[in-house]
Amino acid sequence: MFDVAIIGAGIIGGMTARELSRYQLKTVILEKCHDVAMGTTKANSAIVHAGFDAEPGTLKARLNVQGSEEMEQICQDLGVKYQRNGSLVIAYREEDLPMVQVLYERGLQNGVKNLAVLNQEELLALEPSLSDQALGALYAPTGAIVCPYELNIASVGNAMDNGTELMLDYQVTGIEVQEDGFLITGTGEPVKARFIVNAAGVYSDKIAEMVGDHSFTITPRKGQYMLLDHDCVGTIRHTLFNVPSKMGKGILVSPTVDNNLLLGPTAENQEDREDVSTTQEGLNMVQQNALKVVPKVNLRGVITAFAGLRAVGSTGDYILTSPVKGFWNAGGVESPGLSSAPAIASYLVEHMAEQGLVLEPKPDYNPYREALHAFNNMTIEEKNQVIRENPLYGHIVCRCETISEGEIVDAIHQNPPARDLDGVKRRTRAGMGRCQGGFCGPMVTEILAREWNIPLEEVTKFGGASYLNVGKTREVKDHE
Amino acid sequence: MNKVDLVIIGGGPAGMGAAVAAYDAGVRDILVLERDHRLGGILEQCIHNGFGLHRFKEELTGPEYAWRFEKELHARGIAYRLNTMVLDITPDKVVTAMNSEEGVFQIQAGAVILAMGCRERPRGALNTAGTRPAGIYTAGTAQRYINIMGYMPGKKVVILGSGDIGLIMARRMTWEGAKVQMVLELMPYSGGLTRNIVQCLQDNNIPLLLSHTIVDIHGKDRVEGVTIAEVDERRQPKMETAQYVECDTILLSVGLLPENELSKKASVPLDPMTSGALVDQRRMTEVPGIFACGNVLHVHDLVDYVSEEAEIAGRGAAAYLGISGENYGAEDQAHITVKPAKGVRYTLPQRISAVEDTTVFFRVTDVHKAVKVVVKADGEVIQSRRRPRVAPGEMETVNLNAKTLADCTGKTLTIEIEEV
Repeated sequence: MFDVAIIGAGIIGGMTARELSRYQLKTVILEKCHDVAMGTTKANSAIVHAGFDAEPGTLKARLNVQGSEEMEQICQDLGVKYQRNGSLVIAYREEDLPMVQVLYERGLQNGVKNLAVLNQEELLALEPSLSDQALGALYAPTGAIVCPYELNIASVGNAMDNGTELMLDYQVTGIEVQEDGFLITGTGEPVKARFIVNAAGVYSDKIAEMVGDHSFTITPRKGQYMLLDHDCVGTIRHTLFNVPSKMGKGILVSPTVDNNLLLGPTAENQEDREDVSTTQEGLNMVQQNALKVVPKVNLRGVITAFAGLRAVGSTGDYILTSPVKGFWNAGGVESPGLSSAPAIASYLVEHMAEQGLVLEPKPDYNPYREALHAFNNMTIEEKNQVIRENPLYGHIVCRCETISEGEIVDAIHQNPPARDLDGVKRRTRAGMGRCQGGFCGPMVTEILAREWNIPLEEVTKFGGASYLNVGKTREVKDHE
Repeated sequence: MNKVDLVIIGGGPAGMGAAVAAYDAGVRDILVLERDHRLGGILEQCIHNGFGLHRFKEELTGPEYAWRFEKELHARGIAYRLNTMVLDITPDKVVTAMNSEEGVFQIQAGAVILAMGCRERPRGALNTAGTRPAGIYTAGTAQRYINIMGYMPGKKVVILGSGDIGLIMARRMTWEGAKVQMVLELMPYSGGLTRNIVQCLQDNNIPLLLSHTIVDIHGKDRVEGVTIAEVDERRQPKMETAQYVECDTILLSVGLLPENELSKKASVPLDPMTSGALVDQRRMTEVPGIFACGNVLHVHDLVDYVSEEAEIAGRGAAAYLGISGENYGAEDQAHITVKPAKGVRYTLPQRISAVEDTTVFFRVTDVHKAVKVVVKADGEVIQSRRRPRVAPGEMETVNLNAKTLADCTGKTLTIEIEEV
């Protein structure tokens, strides 16, 4: 019997697990995919929003500002890259300027610090590569950027280091409400738990239905993105938003913590909860917008395009509800969900405590996790010390991002272990660079096979049927 | 800090060729830094034949061609380090490298030759829409899977791009039992060598669809198919021609990009047309003492030409170091600028710094039959030569002798194509 079962190992599930791991509780995370961070968390704008956007008085507004304030410390503890680069919401038409003022006022009400309204001159002084069509902007110096899947992996890893269990490839198919808790059935052994956190993202309404809760629905909203190579960032420092519309915060241009340039997202409602394909129209729209914001952006520097789904809830706000005692929804966590994640986690844990979850601090709780990416930032002397201790660190596997075999092997053995090619990529950045794994892909595949002690043909890109090869050359021919 | 006269970055055909030539021009203190666990570079996975026809007048496989040069290195006792990644080069030629045995180390080089080769354009660079399943490989990655690792990337293949590696892989995968459905080429002509189209596609009954591209990729976990369409003159897909083709694998052979990240760190100015360094006739970049050759400088069709260029760079470095006795003073005596004009995409070198016999390499922008290659100096024709056929996929040359160049000092040479 677990104290808490968390359904979904995205950022909400991960942060909640970490929060719970401070206490003497038995917690399990059930994740339907082959790795953590496989849904909305792996494909979003990677922004820690300052908190001026949401309507005052909503959970979104409150938890955004709170989460944003906690984020820097959390990232530091977990060894996750975080950069407070500030954000700008830019008006291009006279009629957009009043909206800038509205956002400013809203930000003040929400408690966002140091907001300012900039005129064109001040704006261009901050971001010289902006289009001269930009008339003015809201400036939020507390806006920040973070790598969402890195934060997700680190939070789950830290929770696991503190005793949390992670069950991957575990798709929940049914929940039975019992006297002393819940019986969860799925693609693995049934799991019993006294509390459930439903952090199932675009499937959170489906999970809620399993306990008879039909109070909300989720509409997946696709966002398409393009990622540009390091040398395309140029002088851009801030996250550049357009004045928002009904469908979201508009298409943005932002540097990432890994010094790429991110363009996107589109906002397209759809029924399909799995379809993360890009479309020609979507990619064109992203490019057109980027050119409007930064006319000289080098679109030849695109290294990849991808899409993610936001879990848009039917209530307009986060759905943090308990339809059945002990069962907690974390539904409708669309933007600013990443920014709010630490606050949503505390909110859920506090409310579970009110329902009788006993929070007895764990004496040996360790809030820290060592950063994998530290090697590249070391001095020559420090690097040499590491290489002497582990010569694998002297062997570069991913030449584009300068990632060594040591980092890859460590990622395979750290919590939560990398089990596939994309898992290694998200943890180490091997394959994340300009050749997109063309050179290192086969080598990482070999390392995965060696470290997991499995045949090469069993290594996948991201689990399931995402196999990378169909067996040895001669064997294939003989079968034909 | 250790000092070395000549540090060569990369132990593929370019690096090895440059090392041998520099040695033969008198340089003894040479160090080749190679990131892989053996010399040879990409040739090691090119097990097909056709290498060395120009240079050795015989057909060699890639590893055989590489071995010829490796033996020359061994015969001269030229030092090299394997499994060694160069992390940084400064404009004053401090090379920072790393390997497992020595850790991170720095070398003050007298001269540097950049020979890092190129990489393949990935899917992201094409903006092809669709899903992102497993089973999408660049042709070179698939080649490594099959030829080095001995594993088949898939069974039913669509190849996008008719570059040479794509053509070679169409044949290779067919011979290994896969069904290659088709090769698609966005342009109305192939970028590959004619001999590869004949031997790889025609001989194996693999259709080549010119003016076609992939407009959508299907499959969640693994590739299940592609939507292909014909493109118009502006290379935009004609959606009414769209059709679904089943496959489990997509190979991309859509161009190669010189890998100049280190060059940029050394502040070496690049030519946007070649994506490689701007060089003079001895392949010296605009940073004194830093040379470049091979596919890091511009993408070659044949390794034979890489070797030729590597030797020019090796001898140039020897001259720069003052070892070969040739004059390579700091002052640029000739100041001749070389530029592409009508119908020409790029020229190499882009400048000529001394009056000496010089071969200028260039690529045309389109396929033409019966043309004249015209060289002008400040607008006046100084040389003109007929060519029966030119194509973007095949490198062209003009030879300019010292006598001609003596009259061109301070001028701008242009190379253009004239229809006859």
